[in-house]
Parts: sequence; structure tokens; C-alpha cells
Amino acid sequence: MKADIAFGQYCEGSSFLHRLDPRWKIIFALLYIVALFLAKSIFAFALILVSIVLLVAVSGIRPRILLSGLRPLILIISFTAIINIFWLKGETLLVDFLFINIYLEGLINALLIILRVCVLVMGTSIILTYTTTPIALTDGIEQLLSPLAKIKVPVHEFSMMMTIALRFIPTLIEETDKIMSAQKARGSDFSQGSLVKRAKALIPILVPLFISAFRRAEDLATAMECRCYTGGKGRTRMNVLHSTWRDMVMLLCICAFFAGIILLNIYAPGYRFSM
Amino acid sequence: MATLELRNITYVYGKGAPYEIKALDDVSLTFEEGKIIGLIGHTGSGKSTLVQMLNGLIKPDSGKVLLDGKDIWEEPKKIRDVRFKVGLVMQYPEYQLFDETVWADIAFGPKNMGMSEDEIKKAVTDAAHFAGVREHHLGKSPFDLSGGQKRRAALAGVIAMGPKVLVLDEPAAGLDPGARRRILGRIKEYQKESHTTVIIVSHSMEDMAMYCDSVVVMNHGKVTMTGTPAEVFSRADELVAQGLDVPAITKVARALRKAGLDIGLDIYTVKFAVHRLLGGDGDEG
Repeated sequence: MKADIAFGQYCEGSSFLHRLDPRWKIIFALLYIVALFLAKSIFAFALILVSIVLLVAVSGIRPRILLSGLRPLILIISFTAIINIFWLKGETLLVDFLFINIYLEGLINALLIILRVCVLVMGTSIILTYTTTPIALTDGIEQLLSPLAKIKVPVHEFSMMMTIALRFIPTLIEETDKIMSAQKARGSDFSQGSLVKRAKALIPILVPLFISAFRRAEDLATAMECRCYTGGKGRTRMNVLHSTWRDMVMLLCICAFFAGIILLNIYAPGYRFSM
Repeated sequence: MATLELRNITYVYGKGAPYEIKALDDVSLTFEEGKIIGLIGHTGSGKSTLVQMLNGLIKPDSGKVLLDGKDIWEEPKKIRDVRFKVGLVMQYPEYQLFDETVWADIAFGPKNMGMSEDEIKKAVTDAAHFAGVREHHLGKSPFDLSGGQKRRAALAGVIAMGPKVLVLDEPAAGLDPGARRRILGRIKEYQKESHTTVIIVSHSMEDMAMYCDSVVVMNHGKVTMTGTPAEVFSRADELVAQGLDVPAITKVARALRKAGLDIGLDIYTVKFAVHRLLGGDGDEG
């Protein structure tokens, strides 16, 4: 079961992207997404293709891992592609067979949609999840949102909750595994019988799991209080985030990319994507 | 009674990944019928993996698990029957308790087996008696019991299925000496009366010496020694080299020998040491 859940998907490494400040990374990811959706001209899409190749190369993550990350999208991608191919009307008719009409525009549109969705998922996960530890990510979110603390939003508490939740996911998976084995050893059967029967078979797993989660929560609370945790106020950090020249370089690249997309849209319209 | 046999079992965690670990490496073992067999080895030696193989929780990558001469994976759909025959008490089994009362929790296994009401009643009462769960605890919520009591209730939950082989993974871990003696004593008594084959995994050499008829030593996924406690514990140097230890009394015997008083190296219980010191010889008196 453990092998099925690749949570967080952080890939250990020390590439340029790994060393960026998580606060900046969140901003970069947002800019990148906006730029992707601004692209209209076919040349802008070419630039997107170049950008993702560069990102993959710089991150040093094996393409096989990245491609397996796209697997859950197959259904949605093929669905939108089929709709575009068969329903979009254009000028150049390619196939005319009975009631099926396929236009060149539809085909190109479908390809561009596939490209956009794939790059969207790949790009953001390269910038964020693959190259940033979940903890660094929540740290970054906390600091980006910290201005909200002025209007009494408990930013620190939220991010602490998120950090703790992330930290305990592997523990809970392991625990579920153990409890499942123990109940299987007593003849539990999760794969047979009616739906009601299967749902009932979950009770012997959920009850112990909840109890142990509460026990862990209580232990953790005690441990935190023993170390005088009182929330975010006046708290300093062990790992202070610093912006470096790397973040500035990346910022320049992203801005250039952003500008490139807009300029290509205006001055090199070529084929225009319609959606 | 039933015979359990492992033939050339190999199992690898995380196959193909860079962190691939060979948990079991060509392990072949025969568990003697109606005996208490101890399984020792340091952390990560493959004991727990081996134990989960015995009732089909883990399927070996290669090799066979034979129960009464039949491969348990011959018909994967019938693996549940194997689990009823080979009862497994996992590490810290008290965390698997879930039902409203101790009684209902012990009855969970028998119910899954499809026993009739009367059979269940008898199975639960007997199991509770064997495991040392007091009658007035049966109506309580399992979460109101103490650690040792919970442990024994969980043990009863497996015994209630009437397994032919009872496998226990660290049954005494984390218990105080009193609770430890009680639970191990119960297991020994149960074995004597039911003649079940019992397999115990433990870190405690003293417990192994006290309760087991034979001992299997594992290291790095391989079986390195098998034999009676006397045979195994007389090879103290090898045990220490594998990150294990010998019972304290065995150390005393070795120290005495160094100091000039040879009472033999096959000493592993205090009783036996006293017997030898008083001039007796031969096997345990």
C-alpha cells in the first residue's frame, strides 16, 4: 500500500530550482500559470514548449517520474481533445465521413490544449512540489500570507496545522497498513461482499486509526507545551528564508517569459488558439 | 496440529527502487509440531517480514510457504482459511482493538470464520480464560483496560479462532516485568494444554531461554543458527557478533569458567545453573 501513495513527491536534489526561496517559488508558479493562460499565438505555445524543456533540464528530475505524474490526467486530456477534434468547426476540412467532420483547426486546438494542460501540471509541480519540501512550502505560504495577520487572520496557526498534517501523513499510512494487517489476520475481508458489507469491514480499521490519531495529537500537544510552545508570537525561526541572486535570476527569466508570451501574441499571431 | 514449512523464501522491499532492501534471502525452515519456537534477531533482520509470511499477509517473491505440505498460495482466494489456521498476533496488538466490548472484540475472528452463536460463545470464553482476561472485563470497553490487560484481550482475539499454529510478534514488548511474565506464562500454559505449535519473536534472550523448546536466529534476512536454547546460547561469541546477546546467567557461567570454575557453556537458566553448581550434570534437572 505504501508504494501506491507517492505523497508530496519531493525529489531530493540540489539543482538551481531546489535552492530557490520557497516564497519566490510560489510567486513564480503563479506567474507561470497566468502566462500559460495568456498564450494565444501558436508561437507563444512554442515558447511554452521551450520553457518546459528548460525547466525539466534545470531541475534534474528524471523525465520518467514527471511523465508518471501526468498519468492521472489521461482521462481529462483525452476527453477535451476528443471534444475539440470532433466538434470544433474551422475552414480546412480534413475528414468528411458520414456525419464526422474533422477540421485542421480542431486538431491543432486539441494539440494545444494537451500541451497547455501537461505543461501546467508539469511546470507547477517542477517549480513547487518536486523541488521543494512540503515543510519549506508551508513556511513560504506562511510568510507570504503574514501581512494578513494584521487583520487578525491566524496565519501562523494555519501553517502550523498544515505542517503537522503533512508530517503525519506517512505515519498514518503506516499505521493504517499495520491495523489492516492485524484485522486481516483475524479474517477481515475488504475485497468481497456487497457494498454495505465492505463499508462495514472498514469499521475495525477506522476505529483504531482514529483512536491512535487522537492519542498522537494529545502526545504531540503535550510535547509542544513541554517546550513552551505558545503560538507564533515572538517566535524566531531556525531556518530563516533568504532571497539570493538565484531568485533574482529566476525572476528575470519568468518576467522575460511573461513578456515573450504577450509580445508573441501581439506581433506574431500566426494561428490563434480559440477557447 | 499442523506443520509449517518455509522453502527458499526470498522477499525484497521496494523492488527496483534505489532503496531496495532484501528482507529475506533464501530462507528455508521447518517449524516442529507442538513446540514453542523462538525467533531472534536484531532489528531489521527480517523477523517481522518472515512472521507475516506465515499466514499470507505478505506473499513471497519466490519460494513456498507450506502448511501441512500444501502451498498456501496455491489458491490465493482461500488465503483467509490459512489465516484462521495460522493465528498471528502482531506487534502491539492492543492497537487493533475496536469493538464496544472486550467480548465483542474477541468474537470478531470467530465471527469472520462463520461459527454459530454457541460456538462463538464457547470460543470466546475459552480464549479469555487461556489469555487471562478476567470475566468481569469482558463486558467493559477495551479502551478502559490497562496496557497489559489490553494486550491479553488482543491475544484472546487470536486464540479464539482456534489456530493450529500461533505466531506472536514480540508479545511482551513494552510491558512491565509482571505483565511480561503473566502473558508469556499464559502462552506457555495454552501451548501445553492445546499442543498448538507456537512461534514467538522476541528480543529478550531471557524469555527465549525460559519459554522456548528451540530457537531460530536470523541475521540480514538469513537464518544463521537453529537448535535448542542450550545449543544456541553456547555459541555466545557468534550471537554477540550478530548484534545479539546471551541470557545474563550464560554470561555468569562464562565468567565463572574464565575464573576457573567450569560449569559448562550450555547454561541458560538460573535453575539449571544452580543444578550444575550443586554438582549435578546432564541436562536440565
